[in-house]
Order: sequence, then structure tokens, then C-alpha cells
Amino acid sequence: MTGSVGALPRVSHTGRVTQARVVLSEWTKLRSVRSTLWSLFVAVVFTIGLAALVPAVRMHHLRPGEHIDNPLELTLAGIQMAQLAVGVLGVLVVSAEYSTGMIRATMTAAPKRLPVLWAKALVYGSTVLALMVPSAFIAFFIAHAILQPHDQAVAFGAQGVIRSLFGAGLYLTVIGLFGLALGAIVRNTAGGIALFAGIMFVLPPLMNVLPASWNDAASPYLPLQAGERVLQLQGGTLSPWEGFGILCCYAVAAMVVAALLLKRRDV
Amino acid sequence: MIEARNLTKHYGDTVAVDDLSFTVKPGIVTGFLGPNGSGKSTTMRLILGLDAPDSGSVTVNGKHYADHPAPLHEVGALLEARSVHTGRSAYNHLLALAQTHGIPRSRVDELIDLVGLSSVARKRAGQFSLGMGQRLGIAAALIGDPDVCMFDEPVNGLDPDGIRWIRDLMKALARDGRTVFLSSHLMSEMALTADHLIVVGRGRLIADASVDEFLRRHSKKVVRVRSPQAEELVAAVAGPDVSVVALEPGLLEIEGLTAEQVGEQAARSGIVLHELTPQQVTLEEAFMDITQGELEFRAHAHLEAAPETEAPETEGAAA
Repeated sequence: MTGSVGALPRVSHTGRVTQARVVLSEWTKLRSVRSTLWSLFVAVVFTIGLAALVPAVRMHHLRPGEHIDNPLELTLAGIQMAQLAVGVLGVLVVSAEYSTGMIRATMTAAPKRLPVLWAKALVYGSTVLALMVPSAFIAFFIAHAILQPHDQAVAFGAQGVIRSLFGAGLYLTVIGLFGLALGAIVRNTAGGIALFAGIMFVLPPLMNVLPASWNDAASPYLPLQAGERVLQLQGGTLSPWEGFGILCCYAVAAMVVAALLLKRRDV
Repeated sequence: MIEARNLTKHYGDTVAVDDLSFTVKPGIVTGFLGPNGSGKSTTMRLILGLDAPDSGSVTVNGKHYADHPAPLHEVGALLEARSVHTGRSAYNHLLALAQTHGIPRSRVDELIDLVGLSSVARKRAGQFSLGMGQRLGIAAALIGDPDVCMFDEPVNGLDPDGIRWIRDLMKALARDGRTVFLSSHLMSEMALTADHLIVVGRGRLIADASVDEFLRRHSKKVVRVRSPQAEELVAAVAGPDVSVVALEPGLLEIEGLTAEQVGEQAARSGIVLHELTPQQVTLEEAFMDITQGELEFRAHAHLEAAPETEAPETEGAAA
């Protein structure tokens, strides 16, 4: 340690905790942990990389005279992987604070607590949106370049394409926020990821044990199925924006539960 | 200034803090003393609003912690449990805390320098040794230049240099007129640093007094006497409030009389003394004394400690 201790240097006491300052603090936190950067990198790489790989493989195996009817699905294949990365990172944004003990420092600096949750949601949501909307557009143009020579591409101006590409970014953003809220509810990394994966990926096949009529009635309203409507060109019980609205409802409900628990529980 | 009033907190069936009331005043170092598991850390969490009390209340500078618009300027806390993301550098950890209050970056550099972490400030906190982690925690506690400083077991993991540095720091903070609240389970640590003591056991207040007063109140008059006529001396000093323990042949410990009284009595009886020494009761002994019966595991600990602490007495009795 350093030698003798003089008086602690003073600093002005004029500042106060504001929502904007907590947002800046959360931005510093998000950008300064390597695992965050890696997860986001993975999401971007999969979204763009699979947009090259999947169409290329499909075109390689294209039978003469065959016409694929869902080129956009090939284009956005990477979203399936990206949603896992984005959801898991959402859980981690909160749960890692609990596993490392950082949450005690966080809540000591911002003891009203809720501004921290809003700041995390805003910072993480904006980051995912800012990365994934451009990624979806880049993915489209890469896939387009591969599909076009085989005359299998869907035009950029075709109805629903631009909506689907923005939709992909929005979908991933809300999935990320859903994960973040689940992380805040469970406060444990393993538990949060299990809950997220369970709701997203295990629940849909489980629905098959229900009577067919129940399954048909309920399945379109599950978070994954409802949300994915916004990045699909055709099909489905719900319209794209209805489906996306339902996904948002899940995320908002989870966020409300997280906020209530954050206020009520001991840190 | 910290004011706790009838603070009570349960975790399940366990009472962590039990009707605890105390005041921590500015300008001095107040020691918060109690065995492990006596509720010290819980009390600090209650002060910071991390946990809510079941009943009672605690205020810092007149307000509940969470009601302060800029809490880091009011209170700086080093908790016993680590409160740092292991994947983040020391610099970014402090920066994130500073930003919540609009504290400038220059302050972060200043604090890193103060605690001697300049060379590792950009390294991930997960790679820090216990002592470095402790220094980072202290920097975090002081980032807002707080009026009230709380340190939970601050010397844990520090080397002797670091321990001295911490003691000097706490005294300097108190000299500045700040409120310094320091917890430890080590009485010896308190004796060197604290001016005032709040002693707890099983979540209850046992003592609230200045260190001097605490020692005076709990010190017993014990005099060690060496004499070739030990048996005659035992008879000469015998009285209702006096107890004598033979440590070894010719060596007695007399409780209940001052050295002067023993010497005068020996002179009157014509007994030769080779040694007459008043025994200073250490803070440690006073603490052990006062927490007797307050420790659930006391019986167990007693058995374990017996060979070391009570061997001389047993030998004396045998002789």
C-alpha cells in the first residue's frame, strides 16, 4: 500500500443520482465485460454468417427446375442462433451481478433500485437493436447476392421484406429484454437460462401432448411462435404485428414481475 | 451519524438482529464488535437498505439510506462479501459507480492512486488477490467522499503493511470529522483503532461504551504475586471478595485486591514478596468475558480452547 495517509481528497457533493446517470453507469458496465462483447459478437456473426452459409448450401443442392418458396427463411436462419445468444446475455446482464456480488455495490449507489432495472433494459435493448437491425439488413443483401444468380431471391422491395428485416432486430431486442427480466426474477444464471430456454424452446414441443385442438389454439400465442411472425413473410394464425405485440406482452409482464420483486426483496 | 432504533431482522427462524439500538457519532472511530455470526454484517446491510428490517429503523445523517438523493456522498461502505464483478477492471468498476452520481473520472484515478492500485487498475478484478480486492472495495467506499464510512472486517486478507495503512486511514477519516464505523470479530484490532465500542452477540446489544470505559468496567483487579510464603499470604489476604488461584508453587494470582492492598497486607503480616505485578486485562479478555453465554457455540469452543488457556490453572490446582 501507499505510505502515510493524509486527508482523503474532497470531491464536490453537488451531484445526485438521476435516471440518466444510472443509464450511463449501466452502459459502462455493459461495455466493460468481455462475456457481453463475446455474446453480442456471436449473435452478429451467426446472423450474418448463416445468411451466407445456409443459402449457399441450399443452392448447391438445388434440383433443376426447383423453386424455393421461403427464401427469406434461409436468409434469416441465423436469427435462431442469435436469439439464444441474446436471450442468455439478457439473463446474464442481471444474474451476473448477483453471482459476483456486484449487485450490492449497484444497489448501494442507486438504492431506489428501479432506475437500475430500467437503465439495464434501456441500455441492453438499445445495444441489441442497434447491432441486430443492421445485421439483418446485411444478412439480407449477402443472401440476396447468393440467391440472385439462381433466380431464387426475393426482392428487397417485395411486400413485407423491409418489415421482416426490421422485425428481426425488434424480435431479438424483445427476446433479450425477456431474458433480462427472467434473470432479474430468478437472480441466478443457471436458473435464469434454464427458465428462458424452457419457455422458448422446450414449451413448444411439449404442447404436442395436449389434445390437437388445444395445441392449435394455444401454440400460436407462445412467445417464440408469436414473436417470430414479425420476421416471416407468410403464414400463421396471427398477423406479424399481432404476434410481435403478444411477445411484447410477455416481456412487459416479466419486467413488471421483476420490478415488483426488486422493490420487495432483500438484495 | 448513524442511528439505529429497535432494529430487528429474521432470516427464516434465525434472528440475525434482535432489537438493536445504537448511535454512531462523527469524529471518532466506532468499533462494531462481535463474534462471527453475531449480526454485524446484517446490521450493515440494514443500514444500507440492502435488506429491509422486520421492525425498527435505521437512519444515516437523519434519513433512511435510500431517501438520500446522493447516497454515495453520505455513506461509503466496504462490505465483507465481495461486491465486484470479476470480469470488469478496477477502473471501470469505480467509473460505473462514480457515474451514477456524476462524479468526474479524475476522482476515479485519484482513488486508484490513493489505495495503491495504479499498476493493476486495468486488470480484471477477478484476478485480484484478497488484499487487492479489499483495496478496491475501500476505493469504492470512498469514491463519493462520504461523511459516514463503514468497513466490515476491513483488515481481512491484508498484509501487515496494508493493515497499518487501513488503521491510519480510518483514524485520518475520523480526524476529518467523518463518522467511521468499523466491524471486526477481533478485539485486538479494535483496541488499536477504535475510540468507542458497540458490542453485539447473537444480534443483541451487549455493550455501548468508549474503549476506556469498557475496559474499566470489565477489567478485574488481578495481581500476580510471587512469594516463598505463598500459603501464609493466601491466609493473610483471604476475604469475601477475594479469590486466589495458585498458578504454580509460590506464584499466585489474586483477584479482588489492588497491588497496593496486597503489598500492605503482606508487610503487615511480615511476608516476603519476590514479585508484585498488577495484571492488565486485555480488551480480548474483557470481550470473551462479556460475550460468555451469548455464544451458542460457547460450550463447544470452550472445550476446544481449554488445553491452551486453562492449562496453568489446572496445574496450579493440582499443585
